[in-house]
Amino acid sequence: MNCIIIDDEATSRTIIGELCSSYKNLNVVEVFSNAIEAIKYLNQNKTDLIFLDIHMPDFNGFDFIRTLKDPPFIILTTSDAEFAIQAFEYDCIVDYIVKPIKPERFKKSIQKVEVKLNEKVTATTTEKEKLQTVDDFYVNINKRLIKIDIQSIYLVEAKGDYIYLKTDNKNYTVHSTLKKIEEKLPDHMFLKIHRSYIININKIIDIEDNSVLIEKDIVPVSRSNRPELMKRLNLL
Amino acid sequence: MKEQPNLNYINSLSGGDKSFKIKLISIIKKEFKIEKNIYYNNIKSEKLKLCSENVHKIKHKISILGLEKSYEIAAQYENNLREGNSALQNKFSDILNNVTNYLNKL
Repeated sequence: MNCIIIDDEATSRTIIGELCSSYKNLNVVEVFSNAIEAIKYLNQNKTDLIFLDIHMPDFNGFDFIRTLKDPPFIILTTSDAEFAIQAFEYDCIVDYIVKPIKPERFKKSIQKVEVKLNEKVTATTTEKEKLQTVDDFYVNINKRLIKIDIQSIYLVEAKGDYIYLKTDNKNYTVHSTLKKIEEKLPDHMFLKIHRSYIININKIIDIEDNSVLIEKDIVPVSRSNRPELMKRLNLL
Repeated sequence: MKEQPNLNYINSLSGGDKSFKIKLISIIKKEFKIEKNIYYNNIKSEKLKLCSENVHKIKHKISILGLEKSYEIAAQYENNLREGNSALQNKFSDILNNVTNYLNKL
């Protein structure tokens, strides 16, 4: 978990840095003495967690949060408990620690962040799974949107700026990339076996050395993709 | 009896790591000196709002050194300064002197 520390007091920055160093999964990537510098950094970099001091001159912690479009998780650090209620207004704020920060209290805070991070990962996975339960997608061919039944696809081949889509009924040449179509295809059904080929593993007829026979096509299997292919087969 | 500063918090934080303890004390000494000077300049110029910001920062160091009662006074003084009231100035100066003397001995 990458984190940054924003605090105008060197003492606080040192203490938080030391507390972080006790956690293997917590990596302090940057430390800032003012919020403006941190905003510049976050415009170009991502972080999982921010330790943010509320009470800073000119630009306080809440002003800072309001500038963030997609705020990461934030732990507020402050010498006063008076802002705690305001902190509840922000979903990104995971915890509110009063200084001086005690190691036991810090530990609780980190545990809260870990729970939140796990929830976020689960939500993202569920979203991906939802996408992958879709039965079809549309491709644009000569200004016509053509519906492709995902189960009918047996082979996708990359050819320069195009992909060659082979289905049970018909073949299509589509202006797209292998990477883009890979995102649309369900992982349990499709596998990339070569930098230029994705196959529907349910349609494999046989495998010989470094090639797969799928329908009437013989498709090469790259050495690096072969172990994954073998893992996915229901071998006797 | 005057409240005595201590290193309990710093010791628990450092967990026996001497180099970290020395580093943290050195940062506190340096920062406290700067903050104290800024505070006295602002109080001299009667810039009470700025003084409240200075007290806020110093307050953290007071609590790090285990001065619980002094911390309460500093917190009250900070609020008062925000409202333009500097009545606790002398008490706060005593706290600053107490911290200064202690840090000088470290």
